[in-house]
Amino acid sequence: MSIQHHIHGDLLLAYCAATLDEGASILVATHLALCSDCRSDAEIVETLGGIFLENATTNQKQEKSDQKIFASIIKSHQSTASTSSKSSLDSFVFPEPLRSYIGGDPDELDWQPVGGGIRQFLIKTHDSQTTVRLLMIPAGKRVPDHGHQGFEATLVLSGSFYDRDSWYRRGDVSIADSTVIHHPAAGPEEDCICLAVTDAKLKFRSPLPRLFQKFHGI
Amino acid sequence: MKKAAKIISLNPEQYTNYSSKDLSKVNKPPDQISRVMSDYLVAVAEHQDQEAFAEIFNYYAPSVRLYLLRNGVDASKVDDIIQETFAAVWAKSSQYDCNRATASTWIFTIARNKRIDAFRRENRPEFNPNDPTFQPSFFESGEQAMTVQERAVTIRDALTQLSPEQREVLQFSLFEGQSYTTIAIRLGIPLGTVKSRARLAIGKLRLALGGQREDL
Repeated sequence: MSIQHHIHGDLLLAYCAATLDEGASILVATHLALCSDCRSDAEIVETLGGIFLENATTNQKQEKSDQKIFASIIKSHQSTASTSSKSSLDSFVFPEPLRSYIGGDPDELDWQPVGGGIRQFLIKTHDSQTTVRLLMIPAGKRVPDHGHQGFEATLVLSGSFYDRDSWYRRGDVSIADSTVIHHPAAGPEEDCICLAVTDAKLKFRSPLPRLFQKFHGI
Repeated sequence: MKKAAKIISLNPEQYTNYSSKDLSKVNKPPDQISRVMSDYLVAVAEHQDQEAFAEIFNYYAPSVRLYLLRNGVDASKVDDIIQETFAAVWAKSSQYDCNRATASTWIFTIARNKRIDAFRRENRPEFNPNDPTFQPSFFESGEQAMTVQERAVTIRDALTQLSPEQREVLQFSLFEGQSYTTIAIRLGIPLGTVKSRARLAIGKLRLALGGQREDL
């Protein structure tokens, strides 16, 4: 099934420019692993990087140190046979680079309940600006009404969910910002596992999830 | 370009005067130079061709230097990263696929990654095309309608058709490593405007290549 919901051009540009924080980068890279359309867009952006590099050559002069740099590259160069490591086939739910961050199959993870049957697994990054987590929403279950103080991007990894008049399936990305209040629902066929990246706390509208939030750091 | 028959010496002294032809001073259109550089990279990969490597270094080192300086890399560290970048260009040349990327694109990504390795505390995760969950595309066997060189020429032309405001956002982000927040402050415009210029610009480039999607 082809992917219907893609990452936006601004996120893709920031990812390719390496100005995007690590949390959102995990989501973009995982989407790219599943979406050849967006990979093609990423190639456009990187080609653009090459063009900027070419454009910069016209006025640039050689520096004295360039000769030294060149000589030491030649000196230290040893032909290095590249060994491509085969990745293990143990999990098909989490594509790389996400799998390396998680380190296990869905069944092996220490999922934490966050209320309403929904469970989460927090993913550690070096990035203090965003929260990165896996969410497991039971089949047919609705996520409580919530809004956002900032940005929330959600990538479906298995199952599906329905939100704001659209279905999202494996590889699809849903982006919500502070203007969106929503309560997505998992599809009935199986539990929905998704990767959610937020840059601020969610704002639940009813008291019970808010209480859970307090204890579980959502 | 020299072919395989050349005898290769690994004596670095011989190459201290490496500027054999200094292509950057030759007045060739950039897409022609790009093709030549791609051939040179293949020659480095296939024959360990040091003269070809010298041409690549000679042509790109000054612009990689400018890229690093514009990205705020401390002048005292720039030489080290240039060295790491071009050492990687050589060491990884066998991974370069001239049907997938121009030499400039490939070298840009290496310079970017070396800059991140050296200065970014956070990781920049990347997908792995050898991963079993990776979804290859119909075209990724390299059978696209246009060659990468043709695509690069199209993108170069489309870039000149963008508004100066859109081009500026692309340049600040991609070549100077500035966040959208920094760009918004620098230009004195709202963050949302910076992001929408980025989206529109990418959308137009995609369209120039015959892309069908319009969701941005």
